[in-house]
Amino acid sequence: MTTPATGAHAQAGSHGHEPGHHEVSFFHKYLWSTDHKMIAMQYLFTGTALALIGGYLAYVFRMQLAFPGHDVPGYGLVTPNRYNSLVTMHGSIMIFWVAMPVLVAAFGNFLIPLMIGCDDMVFPRINRLSYQVFLVSAIILLASFFVHGGAFGGAWTSYPPLSAKGVYNLTPIGASLWLVAVALEFVAFLLGGINFIVTTMNGRAPGMRMWDIPVVVWMIVIASVLFMASVGPLIAGAVMLFFDQRLGTAFFDPGRGGDPLLWQHLFWFFGHPEVYVVLLPALGMVAEIMAVFARKKLFGYRTILYTTWATGILSFVVWAHHQFIAGIDPRMANVFTITTLLISVPITEMIFVYIATLYGGSIQFTTPMLWALSFVAEFLIGGVTGIFLGASGADIYFHDTYFVVAHFHYTFFPSAIIGMFAGLTFWYPKMFGRMLNETLGKIHFWGTIIAFNVIFIPLFITGAAGDQRRIYNYALFSEQERPGLQHLRELSTIGVIVLLAFQVFFLFNFFWSLRHGERASENPWLSNTLEWTVPSPPPHGNFAELPTVYRGPYEYATPGRKEDYWPQNAPITPIEEGAL
Amino acid sequence: MLQRFATSGSTFAPQIDHLILLIAILVGFWFLAAEFALFWLCFRFRRREGHSAQYITGEEKHLSKWVTWPHFAVIVCDIVILIPAILVWVNVKQSSPPAEQTVRIFSQQWAWSFQEPGPDGALDTADDIRTVGDLHVKVNATYHFELQSRDVLHSFSVPEFRLKQDAVPGRAITGWFKTTRTGTFDIQCTQMCGMGHGLMAAHIIVETPEQHAAWMKSVSNPAAVATSVVAPAPGTGASTEDSKFAEVRQ
Repeated sequence: MTTPATGAHAQAGSHGHEPGHHEVSFFHKYLWSTDHKMIAMQYLFTGTALALIGGYLAYVFRMQLAFPGHDVPGYGLVTPNRYNSLVTMHGSIMIFWVAMPVLVAAFGNFLIPLMIGCDDMVFPRINRLSYQVFLVSAIILLASFFVHGGAFGGAWTSYPPLSAKGVYNLTPIGASLWLVAVALEFVAFLLGGINFIVTTMNGRAPGMRMWDIPVVVWMIVIASVLFMASVGPLIAGAVMLFFDQRLGTAFFDPGRGGDPLLWQHLFWFFGHPEVYVVLLPALGMVAEIMAVFARKKLFGYRTILYTTWATGILSFVVWAHHQFIAGIDPRMANVFTITTLLISVPITEMIFVYIATLYGGSIQFTTPMLWALSFVAEFLIGGVTGIFLGASGADIYFHDTYFVVAHFHYTFFPSAIIGMFAGLTFWYPKMFGRMLNETLGKIHFWGTIIAFNVIFIPLFITGAAGDQRRIYNYALFSEQERPGLQHLRELSTIGVIVLLAFQVFFLFNFFWSLRHGERASENPWLSNTLEWTVPSPPPHGNFAELPTVYRGPYEYATPGRKEDYWPQNAPITPIEEGAL
Repeated sequence: MLQRFATSGSTFAPQIDHLILLIAILVGFWFLAAEFALFWLCFRFRRREGHSAQYITGEEKHLSKWVTWPHFAVIVCDIVILIPAILVWVNVKQSSPPAEQTVRIFSQQWAWSFQEPGPDGALDTADDIRTVGDLHVKVNATYHFELQSRDVLHSFSVPEFRLKQDAVPGRAITGWFKTTRTGTFDIQCTQMCGMGHGLMAAHIIVETPEQHAAWMKSVSNPAAVATSVVAPAPGTGASTEDSKFAEVRQ
């Protein structure tokens, strides 16, 4: 079953992959490794570093909104063009360079081989190339801050004609670097995605049937399928836009036969599935964590997978709800509002199933479980507020207001940030062989969750009051200048500062526990899936002996067993056979 | 509900507000029900000594109904939301009542300018009134607008009218509104349009017919045009507004 993996692996293993054979240089161990766990760490650390940069950008522009025209401590004066660059780069970084690498690439790389019982990815060198391309894209993106004119300031959606001409956006070099970085980033995830899909389909341990694959692995595979199927049109669009910028073509120039709306269709055809690409891995991790700490079988494992596929497929036919008022034929809105509300059918079913999983459980509120539960609680807000925007009549008012901003942060923050912390706190013992400190973890959890709500609940209100997006100063709008709204903006900014401050607890906990944390056993959470059957951290090649799988991943509290968990690879003993 | 945050000034604003209220009630119910279930289950099934978890697959009929029935109810709610949402949409965006007046709206980096018929009531005649930054309209009158852009995408948004429409260069997009009360209302640009996006404010001034006639008389007077209201030729941009943006452009 794992022949391709071991084959490719043997070739790649020539530079010292067998521990103890010879000294491995720093370069080969940390930067040139083909080991899926090391590549996962590379993605994780690059992604979290960029998350801190993205958070810093948010701090700068929220300070400008709360105290317009004042110097921002740690940045300086925010000019209108810099403000545009800040919001554009915040959005781009957080979605493409944080959510994607951490959720899909880092956890996908770390978890898939370990959870399906494989020694590495099927294409380890493609995997290494994936990270290297990603790193180049991140460097190009960050370099754009320092070019003439500054980083791209045309919003993360990059609508032409604004993005197509330097005379319009005033950040001509930044705009092209942004496009190149985004296109390279997509190449990186195409390389990673094919690896995830092929490894899961071909690399599973003997005995692991389709219905025995843990939900998180399924979710990452489905996310990869969605990504690979949707990204083609956007890469084509990015090439056309790059030609418009650099070669003077007119794909999006209405004066010369192009159409600006074409870009919007290409962008959102990718952009909406992308929401689910980011969401699904987080949903999967939450499912694993909830099952473990409720000691419960998932309430309908197959229902979760059917609803995931349904959501994923539906996500391809809803894109124009981003364009209701963009000048498309108004009759199109009627079709897309129906498909958009239809997507609430599978996704509510999925959330109901998650909540129902708690029924009859024995719930232990560890830090990862708190993150998982808060994911459901917060994502619900993002879900229900989406109905306002999906209903075409109501979207006329809410479109491009802060209501939208608050809505999608209630979907992206639970996915990217809460999901990341849930996954990190849960798998930290496996990744680094040490336990995190629970007290620090809980302080960090409550600080982050409360601050998050303090940031975005006020923005629902300012959005309902008509605050439109991407405005660096509301002074010119008499209705928006009301003191009540300004107080809400200040409250939101305080939330950002508190949220960022509480990350110190996490960073300290993370690095302190690396050395001083309690040593983690193989299976500290008494979990069933295969990654908990190997030492923490797993050695190169993961399994001393490739496991055989006998059952599904969620056999908790199975009647007739002494322990309340039943590892996937534990053979049935004659006594148990009799008891069942 | 929305009235608390933004007052209304057009005939379709109450329809949109009612739709938003309906959605708020329906999704609010589901939101509270789901959060209540989540928190209650967390409390009820917290780990206690001597209690172990139950083995439930989720395929038992008597238990799975707790998911499937609410789920069917959600579908019904979706339909209840969809019908009025589409009706409001069709009313605002897909159809339009006969107009008493048609105005042209031009957007450009970074100003709004307007072309209104003069005393003869017809567009594209010699007495057309062209203004920058202020659109003067009559109260209780139905207006059609023709929205154009001279450079990049903009979006014509009047929060108190619940009106929003993107302007696309190369196209004239039509729409309508009917005013209900006098006053001055903000026009915002809600589509990122570059450096001056945050400065791209304008006003709709809704007047009684008498006030409107007086205003029209004042701007139709050739002597008054020179001093009070700007009349830029189409395509040349907002000449007097330039001073406002001059410092930003540097």
